Amino acid sequence: METLRNKRKFGTAELLLTFSVLVLVVIVAVPVLLIIGTAFFEEGRLNLAAIAKVLGDPDTYMALWNSVKIATGTTIVSTAIGVFFAWLVARTDLPFKRTMKALFLVPFMLPSFIGALAWKILLSPRAGYISKLLMGMFGLEKCPIDIMSIGGIIMVESMYLFPFVFLQVAGALERMDPTLEESARISGARLMTITRKITLPLVMPSILAGALLVALYSLAHFGVPAILGAEKGIYNIPTKIYERIHSSGGSMAGIKVGTILSTILVVTAAIILKLQDVVLKKGQFQIIAGKSMRPTVLKLRGLKVPMLVVCIVYLAVTVVMPTVTIMLVGGLKTYGLPLALKNLSLDNYVQLFRMKLTTDAIWNSLWLSVSAAFVTMLAGTMISYVIVKMKVPGKFLLQFLGVLPFSLPGTVIALGCILTWSGRFGVNLYNSAWIIFVAYIARYMAFSIKSNSAALEQVSDSLEEASRACGATHFQTLKNIVLPLVRPGMISAFFLIFLPALRELTTSVLLYGPKSRTLGVAIYALNEDGETVMAAALATIALLIIFIGETTIRKVLNRLQRQE
Amino acid sequence: MAQLALKDVTKRFGDVVAVNRINLEVEKGECFSFLGPSGCGKTTTLRMIAGFEDLDEGELSVEGKVFSSSYTRYYLPPEDRDFGMVFQAFAVWPHLNVYRNVSFPLEIRKLPKREIHERVTRALSYTGLSSKEHVFPKQLSGGEQQRIALARAIAINPKVMLLDEPLSNLDPKLREEMRFEIKDLQRKFDLTIIFVTHDQSEAMALSDRMLVMRDGVVQQVDSPLGIYENPVNDFVFSFIGLSNFVPVDIRGGEAFAKGAASAGPLHAAPEGAEGERRLACRPSEIDLLPAGAAEGVKARIERMTYLGDMVDYLASIGEHRVRIQKPRRAGSLAAGTECRLRLNRARWFDA
Repeated sequence: METLRNKRKFGTAELLLTFSVLVLVVIVAVPVLLIIGTAFFEEGRLNLAAIAKVLGDPDTYMALWNSVKIATGTTIVSTAIGVFFAWLVARTDLPFKRTMKALFLVPFMLPSFIGALAWKILLSPRAGYISKLLMGMFGLEKCPIDIMSIGGIIMVESMYLFPFVFLQVAGALERMDPTLEESARISGARLMTITRKITLPLVMPSILAGALLVALYSLAHFGVPAILGAEKGIYNIPTKIYERIHSSGGSMAGIKVGTILSTILVVTAAIILKLQDVVLKKGQFQIIAGKSMRPTVLKLRGLKVPMLVVCIVYLAVTVVMPTVTIMLVGGLKTYGLPLALKNLSLDNYVQLFRMKLTTDAIWNSLWLSVSAAFVTMLAGTMISYVIVKMKVPGKFLLQFLGVLPFSLPGTVIALGCILTWSGRFGVNLYNSAWIIFVAYIARYMAFSIKSNSAALEQVSDSLEEASRACGATHFQTLKNIVLPLVRPGMISAFFLIFLPALRELTTSVLLYGPKSRTLGVAIYALNEDGETVMAAALATIALLIIFIGETTIRKVLNRLQRQE
Repeated sequence: MAQLALKDVTKRFGDVVAVNRINLEVEKGECFSFLGPSGCGKTTTLRMIAGFEDLDEGELSVEGKVFSSSYTRYYLPPEDRDFGMVFQAFAVWPHLNVYRNVSFPLEIRKLPKREIHERVTRALSYTGLSSKEHVFPKQLSGGEQQRIALARAIAINPKVMLLDEPLSNLDPKLREEMRFEIKDLQRKFDLTIIFVTHDQSEAMALSDRMLVMRDGVVQQVDSPLGIYENPVNDFVFSFIGLSNFVPVDIRGGEAFAKGAASAGPLHAAPEGAEGERRLACRPSEIDLLPAGAAEGVKARIERMTYLGDMVDYLASIGEHRVRIQKPRRAGSLAAGTECRLRLNRARWFDA
């Protein structure tokens, strides 16, 4: 009889479902609908003429074209670099493979806009340190490499995005059943033939999946083109949206253009994600080995040392050099001075901690990332539980809204938040840090749902049923059985959000107010104001915070794992 | 001349001797199995034959031609050995259809198109895959995938065909079917087969001769019947088929179960034997007699289990336990029944 009564009661299950739908609708669905609504409708009527006008404008048209060029270039370069290093690490007897594999993932940790700043300092056509060195050495009037160009943007973005391909492909190569290649060998095929006819086709889905991920990120990427391109009039879609909204002082005209460009971004992102899904589903061959076996490893012989040198030089140039540059320039008395010891001091750093703007920024980023990560983690756990475990009507809506944030670039989320939280619904968060908080929840919800769903899928249904059979209520079961079991997934969700939120720029740059600058925004603004030295100094502090955060988190996670 | 010859073949991984001085000759058209528990070195030996592992010592030759040798530092890579190989996890290429999977080794050998077509068609028809030419492996069952692997291996008319636990990923019924199919193929193509397995019944059913291995050392090489009937040591005896071991004291030409002399003698002792030994016999070699019978050792039925056509008993002689299997039609004894056991055959090993 108990069950019969429960069916009519508004119980824990219904509460969870209602709350999950509410969160996703308010945080995700409303902003997206408002963007599309604003883009297509004017005063309640469909207005395609306005869209045609915006798209016909050479200014926006060029931004679209640049986005395509940058994304294509970055995807090709990242894929080439990623596949090459993945092959080296997974399939050759390269020395120090494990260390190398960890080092190739370091670019993931570094914010790319700080990298862009470093490259601008090194290679900007007239003032860059390397540019000057090259011009002096060869007596040139102009530096042969101009980093502030489409090519430069592609180069810098690739340095930070190639790990997407690297991770996917190295994983596939390592887990691939070695007998697939051995049976080709015993069939008489040599290494080149095996690579061409067996290995490459089998890891092609992984290569494509990684490449599409790079394309998705590059298309929606703000930091690098903002720092290297905007000054020269090179805009992509996200920087164009930013430029339009800023130059129009946040007026409706600017926002309107923004929404149209955003719609294009969302549609493109959705297409890319759909493509990735198809590639992974259709092409994912069952190549994973049943029993663990050592994959066949190519002996590099004479090439062993040269290949190691290639890896080390690559990492030195793309990781060490920009980081060191930022740190040194952050200590310079004035920008442009040679990087000599007598020109360096800690004065800038001392000054940073006296400036309200920078201390505020550090504080804002810290509390925003911690609180957004915490709230998103909790909400994500709840939503994942409903999606994975509950059999309720209306679940499909939740599933759809749950995956939607994956295809929403940071710029689009920011714009949606402006439209939603500027008083239209009686809540005005504009110019306060809370609008950034809400935007972070929307932006990182997908991470939380992914991590929590994975953890929940590991928890067998029978564990919950056993608890209910012992007489526990649904709520007691959640509290005593489910939550403790998914805790690892929740913790990893927290850190998956906390770290990127700490260095976030794309979303907050559109949302910050006078008192709500984030760390990323402050560095960006200092650079915009020509305060390169101070920007570098603050970037150094950001890198330190990120480094300390990463290492302590890794330690904590390792300890937790050992306890499990 | 032997089709395949191994001379003092040895492989070490660090300090562990994975394979210790194997000597072996396999004749053309012979089906030869390597049998042993996991980690005994059988797969390593197969991989040395295939050329995926170099050998640390010894020499390996095929049709009198040296393929690997530690003496001359010679090593022929696997792609030049003209072998066929079938792996445990099938290793059929998921991005190629059935036809292309089988034609791949022939294309590598740059055979004329017509000959490739003929050979593929023949291999597919022998493995019952003729109608599946254009199907991709993903759409096929495990058994069919393993048939692709077989067809691929026989298509090149291999000098030696290597099978690495090819049936262990299949379900029991299919496994039994495939045994006979492999045996059939072997006869039709006059294949020389090296077959690695940890399943003794598989080895028994397929092999002309087999080798039992333990910790890298060959224990015995013989025909399946020879190994079953005349195991050289207790390891081989216990690895092949079900086994009972009873420690015995030998007195006056008779063997008594240790600490249970009052139950009577188990079996007549081998001539001239004295002191402690271990007696071994198979469950099927023991007869059940009524408690009042004039012969046999006194025992008690502890457990009786029906296994379909067979009845499996656990009986105790003092503190020792023995298993007995009898056909069901011979009737059965309930647990708790006192009885006598007659051992029809005994083998003797050191205590």
